[in-house]
Amino acid sequence: MIARETIINLVLAVILLAVPLIAMAFGEPFYVTLSTRVAILALAAVGLNIALGLGGLVSFGHAAFFGIGGYAAGILATHAFNAEPMLFGFEGTTSMPWIWLIALTVCGLVALPIGAISLRTSGVYFIMITLAFAQMIYYFAISWPAYGGEDGLSLSVRNSFPLINTAKPLPFFLICYALLLLAMGLFALIRGSRFGAALQTARQNDTRLAAVGIAPFNIRLIAFIISAMVTGLAGALFADLNRFASPSMLSWHMSGELIVLIILGGKGRLFGPLAGAMLYVLFEYTLGGITERWQFFLGLILLGVVLFARGGLLGLLAGKARHG
Amino acid sequence: MSTALLIEQLLNGLQLGVMLFLMAAGLTLIFGVMGLINLAHGSLYMIGAFACAVVASATGSFWLGLIASLAAAAAAGAIMEVVVIRRLYDRDHLDQVLATFALILIFSEGSRWIFGSFPLYLDIPPLLQGAVSLPGGGQYQLYRLAIIAVGVAVALGLYLLISRTRLGMRIRAGESDREMIAALGIDIQTLYTIVFALGAALAGLAGALVGALQSVQVGMGEPVLILAFVVIVIGGIGSIKGALIGAILVGLIDTMGRFLLPKTLALILPAAQAGMVGGALASMLIYIVMALILAFRPRGLFAA
Amino acid sequence: MKKILATSMLSLALASAAYAEPVKIGVITTLSGGGAGLGIDMRDAFTLAMKQSGNKDIELVIEDDAQKPEIAVQLAEKMIQSDKVDLLTGIIWSNLAMAVVPNTVAQDIIYLSPNAGPSALAGANCNANYFNVAYQNDNFHEAMGQYANKDYKKTFILAPNYPAGKDALTGFKRFYKGELAGEVYTQVGQTDYAAEIAQIRDSGADSVFFFLPGGMGISFMKQYAQSGVKTPVMGPGFSFDQDVLGAIGDAALGVKNSATWSKDLDNDANKKFVEAFKTEYKRLPSIYAAQSWDTANLILAALSKASVKDKEAFKAALKAADFKSVRGKFVFNNNNHPIQNVYVREVVKEDGVLTNKIVATAFEDHKDAYADKCKM
Repeated sequence: MIARETIINLVLAVILLAVPLIAMAFGEPFYVTLSTRVAILALAAVGLNIALGLGGLVSFGHAAFFGIGGYAAGILATHAFNAEPMLFGFEGTTSMPWIWLIALTVCGLVALPIGAISLRTSGVYFIMITLAFAQMIYYFAISWPAYGGEDGLSLSVRNSFPLINTAKPLPFFLICYALLLLAMGLFALIRGSRFGAALQTARQNDTRLAAVGIAPFNIRLIAFIISAMVTGLAGALFADLNRFASPSMLSWHMSGELIVLIILGGKGRLFGPLAGAMLYVLFEYTLGGITERWQFFLGLILLGVVLFARGGLLGLLAGKARHG
Repeated sequence: MSTALLIEQLLNGLQLGVMLFLMAAGLTLIFGVMGLINLAHGSLYMIGAFACAVVASATGSFWLGLIASLAAAAAAGAIMEVVVIRRLYDRDHLDQVLATFALILIFSEGSRWIFGSFPLYLDIPPLLQGAVSLPGGGQYQLYRLAIIAVGVAVALGLYLLISRTRLGMRIRAGESDREMIAALGIDIQTLYTIVFALGAALAGLAGALVGALQSVQVGMGEPVLILAFVVIVIGGIGSIKGALIGAILVGLIDTMGRFLLPKTLALILPAAQAGMVGGALASMLIYIVMALILAFRPRGLFAA
Repeated sequence: MKKILATSMLSLALASAAYAEPVKIGVITTLSGGGAGLGIDMRDAFTLAMKQSGNKDIELVIEDDAQKPEIAVQLAEKMIQSDKVDLLTGIIWSNLAMAVVPNTVAQDIIYLSPNAGPSALAGANCNANYFNVAYQNDNFHEAMGQYANKDYKKTFILAPNYPAGKDALTGFKRFYKGELAGEVYTQVGQTDYAAEIAQIRDSGADSVFFFLPGGMGISFMKQYAQSGVKTPVMGPGFSFDQDVLGAIGDAALGVKNSATWSKDLDNDANKKFVEAFKTEYKRLPSIYAAQSWDTANLILAALSKASVKDKEAFKAALKAADFKSVRGKFVFNNNNHPIQNVYVREVVKEDGVLTNKIVATAFEDHKDAYADKCKM
């Protein structure tokens, strides 16, 4: 017997892959773009879910990493396009793998001090201090003139990937889709590992973990950094999707949206972020088409989910989660 | 730089702080008693401002508007508590953040639905128009002095309410031990609704007072909300005293930073550049201070 | 199905010379959130102009960007790929225009700007598919700088700390010859200006120039009026237009501001426009309404001359700008930005409603400072 959740997960993964293929066949490339958006937002939320779902760390500042990833892509591409070296003589690049590597590294380096300071606190304080760090970076981006400030940074062409034409919607979607699957694999790997077990124990009971000689602080810090890096990678892809990076990627609304995706799909579940992202983009797209008051109805729906559908979409479909 | 300017800026910082206190007091009270984190507190601020503007323009009286703002915000708060918030007390912070985030969307778009997309007009009452002379030759806006006075009065009133009255005793009991007050036979649901409405009314009051100084429009609550959170986190969540001191600290740091940083940088940079860099640093300053404080005191200055 | 329909339309269009084929125009504008007032004026004027033209072949696709760049980008993709629009227009804000315009014009879709005119799109990066029907961002501020020379020697200037704010102060300084009493960059979205007003009081300035769009400007003006500082203020028309005057109240009376349009501009097209807008919506139009009315009429004029499917001919027809602008004379410069007069207006009260009247002309046939860098 395969668990019901596994079947639903498979169905979700197949739907996300099938929609763009069918859309292409019917000459409707926009639905490919929409699916790419789903995949990227889901990837960002998978990142956050490592901290939030497994570690119980409610970061209200993950937009910081999303934005940093986006700016990494934007800044590197701009320098490469204008053929001007950056600080310390580094060359820019338009090659996606390099950009990803740099986005991952930078996000990891930024997450280290933010995590180290924030993890000294817990509960509401943690929520608020992560928000404070994100706001700092947001205001910095708005008023820093070199890379466009509030106007943001336009990429003239989408960055390249060896052997693949990324300018076409479908290949770019497939790249994002593959990365999403990889990230979900990473999530599953972490959840099943001894590290993941320690992380989940830390969420429930600090002292028990300390008693067996593991420092909860270090476990959480590592989880926070990995989480930030995955979200940053999504940011780099998002900038490539829109061919644009802007401070709004860093705003607290973005942090809120990432949390919304996870809750909507089902907290702590492997496919929760994907289910949430699909649902969210669907709401945004269809409601936006029906009424300009769509934010009002989106609010009502979200409220309904929190109050009456506690496990999110997957909770409704697959029943109570086996993992906490 | 003259002494008059310095005094004026200190008063400006104080006024901003007092206004933040009105917001933060409600937030911190609600967290202290019910353990709830309420992102929609900024919407109550907005409701207060809209109610005041609408009633003031219909009746021509700012004072009636002010009463309306208290009533509207308290009513909105009470309804919100009974319909939504009540179901969130035993949830984790995550659900609370999300549900109140949803409430922001509903309130913002809802008010635009009712009041339209253009900012509303709300003016200072004739009694408080104009400026007064300060010692040292400066001038200061009378209305801002009035806001400072209101803030001090509210702080004093809250202190008396909590330390001297029956309701205050129950609130204190609720903060320290929830099971106990239920055991004492106190109707805890009514207590929660009252506390929530009280916090809402304070936010509505802040919205109405500030609405006369700035633009009454959808979304006006959000920047203030974030600042109010910074305040209660610095002060220590649940502590009214912490909220007061945190608010004044944030008010002063923000105002003085905006004023002094560009001036200081102008000593080493050209004027236009100093203005930009100084402005950028000033807008990050309170968040830097908050991170520093939490790094050394993870539960704020006056943890409850 | 859609595809077949589209191809048959195309062949039909090629066959007939009357250009009566359906035209799809995508309008991306801000209809929700704090900045919705501007977008609603834009949309209302645009749809009204289309309705009055009686042209049944035009189909509008109007969507709300919620003032968020990533939503605007998504909508542009949708309109281009899914709705297959022929033209795009509607964006109010510079940062959203910067997100949408470069990619749109790169896909060979024509974009007409009814409001924003960032300098980055006016100079070396100008594009034959991009037509700015409004202004280049610096223009209003340049006009105020020019006009200030008449009366003032020591001006205090302030703007928000973001690119449009810097453009504004640069524009002002480009033509202002006096001394600066201070130059301050405020926080984006700031609502309290007490600290800045205190500095103005202390600076010994003989005038104040500020660029604070939307709610920021309302807050500044209300607080300034109450502060006891008597130094005269001036600013670009955005801070004193029909959408915000009501919220500022009498504090705005007498303030000089610069704009390319005013309700009392004396030409037939303008009278017709103001009357039509008032009748339809029971309010006075703003400058955003005026500019988008012009945008609509420019499109209509071009459509009567060339088919929108014939890109080159249609662009030439747009560039000719053969329409009756509510701003009077209207010509496109080499970079597809307008050459137009910029006026100085004063806030007055008419029948109990605050509005503007023209008191001077700051520039005649003004061009923007970036056109030289444009290779078109």
